[in-house]
Amino acid sequence: MKTKERLQIPPVGMQQQAASERIHNQNEVPLGFTPEEARLEALRCLQCKNVPCIAGCPVGIDIPSFIGFIAEGNFQDAILKIKEKNVLPAVCGRVCPQEEQCQLPCTVGKILKTTEKSVSIGKLERFAADWERNSGSVSKPKLAPKTGKRVAIVGGGPAGLTVAGDLIKSGHEVTVFEALHKAGGVLVYGIPEFRLPKKIVKNEVENLQSLGVEFKYNYVIGKIESIDELFQEYDSIFIGTGAGLPRFMGIEGENLLGVYSANEYLTRANLMRAFDFPNADTPILNVSRVATIGGGNVAMDSARTALRLGAERSLIIYRRSEVEMPARNEEIEHAKDEGVEFHLLVNPIRITGNEEGWVTGMEDIKMELGEPDASGRRRPVPIPGSEFIVDVDAVIVAIGNSPNPLVAKVTPELKVNRWGGIIVDEKTGETSIKGVYAGGDIVLGAATVILAMGEGRRAAKAMHEYMMNEKTD
Amino acid sequence: MNNYEILSKANIAPQVTRFEIYVPKIARKRQAGQFVIIRTWEGGERIPLTIADANPEKGTITLISQSVGKTTFELANMQVGQCLKDIAGPLGTPTHIEKLGTVICIGGGVGTAPLYPITQAMKKAGNHIITILGARSKDLFILEKEMRNVSDEMIIATDDGSYGEKGFVTTALQKLIDDGRQINQVIAIGPTIMMKMVSLLTKNYNIPTVVSLNTIMIDGTGMCGGCRISINGAIKFVCVDGPEFDGHGVNWDEMLKRMGTYKKHECVALNQYKKHHREAEVA
Ligand SMILES: Cc1cc2nc3c(=O)[nH]c(=O)nc-3n(C[C@H](O)[C@H](O)[C@H](O)COP(=O)(O)OP(=O)(O)OC[C@H]3O[C@@H](n4cnc5c(N)ncnc54)[C@H](O)[C@@H]3O)c2cc1C
Ligand SMILES: Cc1cc2nc3c(=O)[nH]c(=O)nc-3n(C[C@H](O)[C@H](O)[C@H](O)COP(=O)(O)OP(=O)(O)OC[C@H]3O[C@@H](n4cnc5c(N)ncnc54)[C@H](O)[C@@H]3O)c2cc1C
Ligand code: SF4
Ligand code: FES
Repeated sequence: MKTKERLQIPPVGMQQQAASERIHNQNEVPLGFTPEEARLEALRCLQCKNVPCIAGCPVGIDIPSFIGFIAEGNFQDAILKIKEKNVLPAVCGRVCPQEEQCQLPCTVGKILKTTEKSVSIGKLERFAADWERNSGSVSKPKLAPKTGKRVAIVGGGPAGLTVAGDLIKSGHEVTVFEALHKAGGVLVYGIPEFRLPKKIVKNEVENLQSLGVEFKYNYVIGKIESIDELFQEYDSIFIGTGAGLPRFMGIEGENLLGVYSANEYLTRANLMRAFDFPNADTPILNVSRVATIGGGNVAMDSARTALRLGAERSLIIYRRSEVEMPARNEEIEHAKDEGVEFHLLVNPIRITGNEEGWVTGMEDIKMELGEPDASGRRRPVPIPGSEFIVDVDAVIVAIGNSPNPLVAKVTPELKVNRWGGIIVDEKTGETSIKGVYAGGDIVLGAATVILAMGEGRRAAKAMHEYMMNEKTD
Repeated sequence: MNNYEILSKANIAPQVTRFEIYVPKIARKRQAGQFVIIRTWEGGERIPLTIADANPEKGTITLISQSVGKTTFELANMQVGQCLKDIAGPLGTPTHIEKLGTVICIGGGVGTAPLYPITQAMKKAGNHIITILGARSKDLFILEKEMRNVSDEMIIATDDGSYGEKGFVTTALQKLIDDGRQINQVIAIGPTIMMKMVSLLTKNYNIPTVVSLNTIMIDGTGMCGGCRISINGAIKFVCVDGPEFDGHGVNWDEMLKRMGTYKKHECVALNQYKKHHREAEVA
């Protein structure tokens, strides 16, 4: 097929649940490509020789090759190609910000003058991964001969799972220590079912188990065992404890009843299945007007969850304008379609409550954009005298998370930066303690799934080399 | 023996059950003042319970649970030989144990469970221990014998005068203060309202007072912030910064209100549980 013909194929849209329906259920919103749709979308790829898309992918997936296989209808080889570089394709195909990564430099998008018309690399990745899972024949990678070395992984989020997958394949014995009762990190406690079905994460964890990875749940490292104690049994340690420390605004009324951190709200709803209360035991407040403070994916997930829990009005309160919003466009669009109200250039100054301590409203102030700040974004400044009150009965604070300080607090030799992130060697991921590596949100601060995986991959490689060169004494 | 297995179970007061549970790692590691978070089944809530005692050789911990809602009733209905679904711990910052002189340990109701290991450790550190235990009536006391064993002096108070002195624990404490006893520290653990009253009293005399807060928790690792509370105006997470705090710094009204966040849900859950449980028993 000629380039011109390929460019004439209109982008294949993905079927999705109608907004009016989906706000009443937890099911996934985009429904996935059929094989025919996937092959048609794959035909749009020009198989560029200079592969700009690969440069945009944090883990360097051979994108044109896997898309080429899909176009041929060879889905098996497509998924194998992806898995050479990405161990969680069903997850990444759904949650990666492709529009800022591989799809941003895509030649098709450039020619058609909008990233929105780039090849849908993420959707194709998702298709290949779902096809494999549904085919029931997940190919097992070959494991290298046993090395006799033992690895401890602290934290079962995407970073830890990646290290586990890579090192079990290299022949090491791998144990993952997870603080909660389930593995997956943010993928199970934060990102909602309607965006990432939990059975996908469960499936990935089971695949690792079938390769021999051992999972120990309810293990809060730093409490039950120190890093030093782990070294008595393990040759090398990876810390992937994530950015699970919720930040609050420090405004009046933040401890009123009905004020949640996004982490708490989402953990109740997702990990603890509060949407199924009282069939599941954990409660969550069912309220009619909910305001979520923030403009990232976490805020979108919270505001959309509130609708699914029965809120009549769900408001996003964000102090900058829409272009500055860190959330993915797709999430912003989905939230708007579902009826989330966006209150932009607005900043909360206090939360008001009644006698019994319940939230009754929020006092806000209007903002305007001033000079660019350190992040290059124009700084929002309050407009004096523009204060106003909105009536709400719950507030979700989604202004960001910091690295989890628990391990560092009891491990003084472990060097951290002033935001609490563990300091690592950029090439290897090694920390200030020999044999201890770290990666993901605990190093980067709240970042992305794919970056956490990339860091895990880097650390796994260095850990393998470290263990194989280590003198046994 | 399986991890999380219930090895023994005893009813030690109305609606209060003591469990001995096999979980060797925690038994070895735990320190006074720490707690675990448990779940009873796959859809269960994560609830915190203090480690009341431990036997590192046997690999067991003791939990004492008062049945107040769905999860604690369900726990009380579990049998020897069954396993809990999850036990995570030891969580929380251990009690600061130090030789201070005379330490008054005040326990109210099941608050005596968390108080016991702390008293034990304070005694071991060489303090003179005066224990005040309080309850509504005689049959509600737990761990009385154990507390006696680690105390130099012991005062019992009941609201109705059915046992020991009539009055609240604060009445007994006030008497000690009035008697001019030198008091280096007060440790008070019990119902929130009791800890509040003790803290208000000792504040008048500038007696350092430690309380153990039992806010609602989920993860217990500092991840959700649901357990937060204002201490001297700053937000603290009870699961990692506590559970023990300076009683004079606690915003008690906020604490009392926050504890009631899910009152309505808790009733629904408990009623549904009791209904199903009765049906199951009949069948
Ligand atoms: C609501 C929400 C939505 C998001 N949406 C997106 C998105 O759309 N796309 C995207 O790319 N990224 C998204 N992110 C960010 C992404 O999820 C994270 O960057 C990623 O999960 C980080 O992976 P991690 O493995 O470093 O840490 P985490 O996923 O945080 O996992 C850390 C794990 O370590 C465990 N742990 C912590 N302390 C201990 C300890 N002491 N001992 C044992 N275990 C411990 C935790 O329980 C957890 O399971 C979102 C984040 C949130 C909160
Ligand atoms: C650090 C700590 C140590 C504790 N130690 C003990 C102990 O040794 N023995 C004991 O009997 N109780 C203890 N508690 C209290 C115990 O956790 C609650 O009684 C229990 O969670 C009630 O659950 P439920 O489902 O039975 O009752 P519910 O009906 O759910 O709740 C009854 C009351 O318990 C409180 N509560 C509810 N859910 C939680 C939760 N997830 N976390 C904390 N409190 C909650 C609320 O104030 C509520 O009003 C402790 C609490 C904390 C925070
Ligand atoms: S840049 Fe776009 S068109 Fe070119 S190979 Fe990559 S996906 Fe295909
Ligand atoms: S229980 Fe979640 S932060 Fe304390």
